Amino acid sequence: MDHRAHEHARLRVKTWICAVVVICANVFGNFFLKLGMPAELPTPLAYITVLFRPTVALGVALLILWLLSRMALLSWADLSYVLPVTSIGYVLVAIVGRVLLNEQITSRRWAGILLIMAGVALVSGGVPQTAREKSHGAGQ
Amino acid sequence: MKWLLIGIIVAATTVGEICQAMGMRSHGEIRDFRPGAIGRAMALLARNRFVIASVVAMAVSFFAYLGLLTLTELSFAVPATAVTYVLETVLARYILHERVNWLRWLGAALVVCGVALVSL
Repeated sequence: MDHRAHEHARLRVKTWICAVVVICANVFGNFFLKLGMPAELPTPLAYITVLFRPTVALGVALLILWLLSRMALLSWADLSYVLPVTSIGYVLVAIVGRVLLNEQITSRRWAGILLIMAGVALVSGGVPQTAREKSHGAGQ
Repeated sequence: MKWLLIGIIVAATTVGEICQAMGMRSHGEIRDFRPGAIGRAMALLARNRFVIASVVAMAVSFFAYLGLLTLTELSFAVPATAVTYVLETVLARYILHERVNWLRWLGAALVVCGVALVSL
């Protein structure tokens, strides 16, 4: 019992650290992408050349970090845990859009942001891993 | 055009993230974060067919997302693509056999309602 409590605490700390990296990489990756994106991408080639703009490239680099850190997180945490917990990123993206890109945020959007935060708070206090212990070996 | 792109993003992201979760589960918990060990894990993962499928699907999703960003605001684009939440939580229950307890269902439901409010 004591061992299990210790194991849960270890997993929780590790999960939180990794989740913070996942969330920040996602939010700022999206921000730099939007910042560097031109008004239109007229040809298929434009989709490729736009990747070489410095701000877009920085956004892509951050999204690669997001992909890798998310893969690490999913190597031990459930998808149904990772989804709501990292959704706090939706809130941060809205705030970044408001503060750094001067996008308008209506009261309805703020209400939605509050609901998302409530959902995140509910799930993130729980245990990140359920199916793994039993299915390890059997599920290979 | 906007909604077509969102449809492509949602479908590709859902497939990609479920494959990513399956691939990483079959790999097992990453415990060693030293650069050499990370490199070895990545070399191993690059041959994992679920991981390969997930990277392909997410690349499709990424280019559709680039197209979407030219059309809409960031604070619309990101939440509008969050329909993937419902799909992925259901698939986590039935394909990945995670035990989705009532707390997680409630959390996912709140997130979906919030996302609907933000994006409409």
